[in-house]
Amino acid sequence: MARRAALEISPGMVVNLGIGIPSLVPNFLPPDMHVMFHAENGITGMGATPHAGEEDEALCNAGGFPVTVVPGASYCDSATAFGMIRRGRVDLSILGSLQVSGKGDLANWIIPGKKVPGMGGAMELASKAKKLIVLMSHTDKAGNPKIVDECTLPLTSGRCVDLVITDLAVFKVSNQKLILIEHRNTSSVEEVAAKTGCTFEVQDNVKKVAY
Amino acid sequence: MGKLANSFHKIAALNQAMEYFQDGMTIMFGGFGGVGSPPALIGAILEKDLKELTLIGNDTGFPEIGIGKIVSRGMARKVIVSHIGSNPVAGKLMNEGLLEVEFSPQGTLAERIRAGGMGIGAILVDIGLDNEMVIQGKQQFILNGRDYLVEPALTAEVSIVYARKADPYGNLIYDKSARNTNPLVAMAGNYTIAEVEEIVPLGALNPEEIVTPGVFVDMVIPTCGVNWKWAWE
Repeated sequence: MARRAALEISPGMVVNLGIGIPSLVPNFLPPDMHVMFHAENGITGMGATPHAGEEDEALCNAGGFPVTVVPGASYCDSATAFGMIRRGRVDLSILGSLQVSGKGDLANWIIPGKKVPGMGGAMELASKAKKLIVLMSHTDKAGNPKIVDECTLPLTSGRCVDLVITDLAVFKVSNQKLILIEHRNTSSVEEVAAKTGCTFEVQDNVKKVAY
Repeated sequence: MGKLANSFHKIAALNQAMEYFQDGMTIMFGGFGGVGSPPALIGAILEKDLKELTLIGNDTGFPEIGIGKIVSRGMARKVIVSHIGSNPVAGKLMNEGLLEVEFSPQGTLAERIRAGGMGIGAILVDIGLDNEMVIQGKQQFILNGRDYLVEPALTAEVSIVYARKADPYGNLIYDKSARNTNPLVAMAGNYTIAEVEEIVPLGALNPEEIVTPGVFVDMVIPTCGVNWKWAWE
């Protein structure tokens, strides 16, 4: 999934990555590509994870884990980091999710009564990044679809998702319509339909891919 | 400190700082996941065993990292934060009704703190309008045909921040991403205490590099250094 998401990144972009699988995306970029990775705590220009023993406790990503910086990087306070997001200066945000609706609604911050981690910076990123990609497993642990007609969990932001990449398929959301554009070569349109909780269009010449 | 001139009477010891803390007060803290939170002040608050605190800051840290140490011991009655996910004890206290949690989207929270520090009463944001829990109890406002939420500014009786260097006037510079919410929190305290790694003479900091002007800082104390183990260690 992270390898597939990396294909959406082009040189010069400002990109914000959520925790979990999205944080693996940089591993699949060409080493000479200049991309500025942005963190909500106040870094523009994050680099690779430092080698063991070379961590700097004052240089961490928004998840609290040590990072490095690339030439051209800068630090700022958190209010400024969110100004970059709200003003549309962040080209791409890649987040994990609990549910996505066929219309592009995102629900990824709370399971009432169960898990209450808080929204962190997800609401700003979801509603204000120029493009939002969701990376998530196609179904939950019990096998229930995570792509649904209407989100049953509280929304992070409505009508914000542009692309959904799961372990089975890739959908784009266009004019609040879900369109299957790729599926894994080990899967089929039928399998994707069976495991998706809403209807979707299938793009002509839908691609079978290995990722 | 040696012979460093205390020209503005701002440089003090930890025990002098602790005279500003009492039960039931509102404390705002700098830091993001514990990075950039002041360890000596947090340690002294623990030792003083304060009760019924309201804490305002980005998150509740980890159970044994940063402000999390105070939250985990049940010393807070309420927190205003953007997430508690890294501190399961905070979640447990919340579910047991022992801790009130006001969630604010992270950027909204940072800007509410900044607004408090800037002397502004509230900000208008269009973040969270789709979310019932975020809009609950908040005034909505239409300006130029667009919907906004009115998000009140935040200030605190005492703000505690962590910085790399201070001079005797309280001018501060920070250390990389440990800057995070610290410059905002420093401005929003009615009384602001900066815990710092190094105190340098007046004139040693280039005026161009100062991030927080000393005007916002009332007291400077030397740090003991970070005394917790990071999650990644």
